[in-house]
Amino acid sequence: MEQSKTTTIGSEGRVAAFRAQVFGSIARQKLFAFASLILLMVFFSFASPAFMQVQNLLGILQSTAVNGVLAIASTFVIITAGIDLSVGTLMTFCAVMAGVFLTYWQLPLWTGVLAAIATGAVSGMLSGTLVAKLKLPPFIATLGMMLVNKGLALVVAGDKPIYFNDTESFSTISQGSVIGYILPSVPVPNSVLILFLLAIAASIILSRTALGRYTFALGSNEEAVRLSGVNVDRWKITIYMLAGAICGVAGLLIASRLNSAQPALGQGYELEAIAAVVIGGTSLSGGTGTLLGTIIGAFVMSVLTNGLRILSVAQEWQIVVTGVIIILAVYIDILRRRRL
Amino acid sequence: MQSASEFQAGLAMSPLISVQDLSKSFPGVRALSRVRFELMAGEIHALVGENGAGKSTLMKILAGVYRRDSGEIFYNGEPVNFASPRAAQMMGIGIIHQELQLMNHLTVAHNIFIGREPRGRLGVFLDEDKLNRQARDILAYMHLNLDPRANVGGLTVAKQQMVEIAKALSFNSRVLIMDEPTAALNNAEIVELFNIIRELKARGVGIVYISHKMDELKQISDRVTVLRDGEYVTTMPIGTTSMDTIISMMVGRTLMDVARPPEQASRGDVALEVRNLNCGPLVKNVNFTLRRGEILGFAGLMGAGRTEVARAIFGADKAESGEIIVRSVKASIKSPADAVALGIGYLSEDRKRFGLAVGMDVEFNIVMATLAKHLAFNFVLRRRGIRATVESFIRLLNIRTPSATQEVRLLSGGNQQKIVVAKWLARDCDILFFDEPTRGIDVGAKAEIHKLLRSLADQGKAIVMISSELPEILRMSDRIIVMCEGRITGELAWKDATQEGIMLLATQRETAKAA
Repeated sequence: MEQSKTTTIGSEGRVAAFRAQVFGSIARQKLFAFASLILLMVFFSFASPAFMQVQNLLGILQSTAVNGVLAIASTFVIITAGIDLSVGTLMTFCAVMAGVFLTYWQLPLWTGVLAAIATGAVSGMLSGTLVAKLKLPPFIATLGMMLVNKGLALVVAGDKPIYFNDTESFSTISQGSVIGYILPSVPVPNSVLILFLLAIAASIILSRTALGRYTFALGSNEEAVRLSGVNVDRWKITIYMLAGAICGVAGLLIASRLNSAQPALGQGYELEAIAAVVIGGTSLSGGTGTLLGTIIGAFVMSVLTNGLRILSVAQEWQIVVTGVIIILAVYIDILRRRRL
Repeated sequence: MQSASEFQAGLAMSPLISVQDLSKSFPGVRALSRVRFELMAGEIHALVGENGAGKSTLMKILAGVYRRDSGEIFYNGEPVNFASPRAAQMMGIGIIHQELQLMNHLTVAHNIFIGREPRGRLGVFLDEDKLNRQARDILAYMHLNLDPRANVGGLTVAKQQMVEIAKALSFNSRVLIMDEPTAALNNAEIVELFNIIRELKARGVGIVYISHKMDELKQISDRVTVLRDGEYVTTMPIGTTSMDTIISMMVGRTLMDVARPPEQASRGDVALEVRNLNCGPLVKNVNFTLRRGEILGFAGLMGAGRTEVARAIFGADKAESGEIIVRSVKASIKSPADAVALGIGYLSEDRKRFGLAVGMDVEFNIVMATLAKHLAFNFVLRRRGIRATVESFIRLLNIRTPSATQEVRLLSGGNQQKIVVAKWLARDCDILFFDEPTRGIDVGAKAEIHKLLRSLADQGKAIVMISSELPEILRMSDRIIVMCEGRITGELAWKDATQEGIMLLATQRETAKAA
């Protein structure tokens, strides 16, 4: 028998395990996503000289920031085998609340920022409670919360944008460039810096903390975790809460970029986030996934949008192409899994 | 429907099904090794063996569910190789699984003809009248009084089983495989089922009958084939064979090399006491005590309520009433988390569903219940500590894995079981419920798990072992509690226990007693 030949644990075993990690299915999916990103960029740079211009690349980075942050939030929930449809409108609601805190109530900048993030956390906690305690399917719970957030944003803002004209430094959250201040030749906007820092932090949470381990475990076999004496409900609520807080960050980024909170915005972002997560190799059935994959997935989406616009493809057709690409990406992933 | 005379014509002396040298392996387990089997038309052929003997695997290969590794199958003298259950069905081999596979929200007729419903004129709409008529024909053929328009969900389990049989017959089945068909039936229903089986036999259908219940085999079958550990043992006519002979063939040597436990019990303190526990129909007024250092065997037929007792104590299901006293203190257990906090661990019979996150690595599965012990600042995992713990358990329990980061699904059943054990040992659990600890585990690993159980008891752990394998119960237990239909029907000391004694208690039905 195969099994009995292998020794208990040895250096050989570690090498094999390392190899499995590098060439394992998740790693391969990341490679696949990365390869398609490179391929897209090569294609567009040949198709149009405008694509590789520094200004355009910065634009891509800038536009990935918000979607990328939302995709990070979605990654956590999707790894638990859940889904979060409320991330888009929660982002908007948080942006509106930032407007309330800073413009209406004139709170100090950092207080307002933290309060906006806390708003997201509270809404996420509510979604998590609906899922964990009331046993609503995540799809339904977050569909409901999507509408609740959307409605509340419109109610609070009174159907019109809130501007951040009184808080001048607010726009620098997204549009300023700490990197550009240090290295003037690479004026990468702060929003992109925040995206990457957040991705690194989230990645550490996923791999190095109990929260992260249980995120995977819930997606892999929730019942086994419950029967191990773990308080599954508490972890689940925490995960949705974390996702909500990250949506709060996205709300700040978008409000800062537009220098206003637009209450009508937001719906549709959740689907782009889910698409990025899936292209990045995270399975909708839960238990597997990486943040690096998600970030690559987010870039695939924005490179595609940007490239098609540069090629002057009509907006309507851009949408069609994006849809087809998502279908293809996931189908190729299914084919690949089946072969394993 | 073929007529009865056509069936009779085919009833020559050559076998309907003939299996030769059939082998099949699953990762880590050799399920079948060069097995023989033969079925004549109009014969009821019993297939017996302990759990894991390979009965189900053999039948699933015959029914096209699994593909064989090697060997040959002849059907009507022709070599066959079924690519799918559908292909086997179309050739006339039907299987009735232990778990009924019906759609509860559809009618009897729809269930029988699912996927083959007669179409109306345009080929679009269903021809309900024709559907019901065809269903009625089959039910009449079985002498069964059942409305084809009734919803299957509202029928008794026995009637649902009849629907399954009708479905199999609607393919003009000449071979019918029945896996533990009486497991969920009461006595009257069993009589009803046997009448139908005899009716089919008279019409020349060959029937393979898998069952654990010896008295039933005597009543219904013509010949019996015994499998043990995936190997063919013998085929005998049932009339001239005693039940004892069959049992000893099934059990084989394993009963002989009993590694006998206890130098007579210097029993430890009471670790767990259960008083008047009630939980659903399968836990009725259960009382028992469990001491440190002993293995308390729970014997009984499938569905006797043993798993339910364990789940109720563990807080996985909500108990209706009763007291649970852990180490002389009355405990309030409302969830598995409460039970685990009291040092109670439950190892489910279905490891993959209830014990392991099989997509995750060995390391996480071992520390799944104890991550909180390995945190720095209450948040970040101390990976070195985890690694050390995990490696010590891998050595201690001799878990064979290439590394601690191997995904658990790639390991054999025995090693997976050891990982679940490690999970509870890491949590310092000293009251352990092992539910079918060696199900789906090959013989070598089985002995190892048994040794492990004994050494845990010797270290002072209190162990409940639920098992459907009598030899295992007899070999391992210091005391044996027998259950039937949710009640404890008896307790036996190891010295006084025999297979027959246990079987007697295990079949002590309340309904039968009242009659």
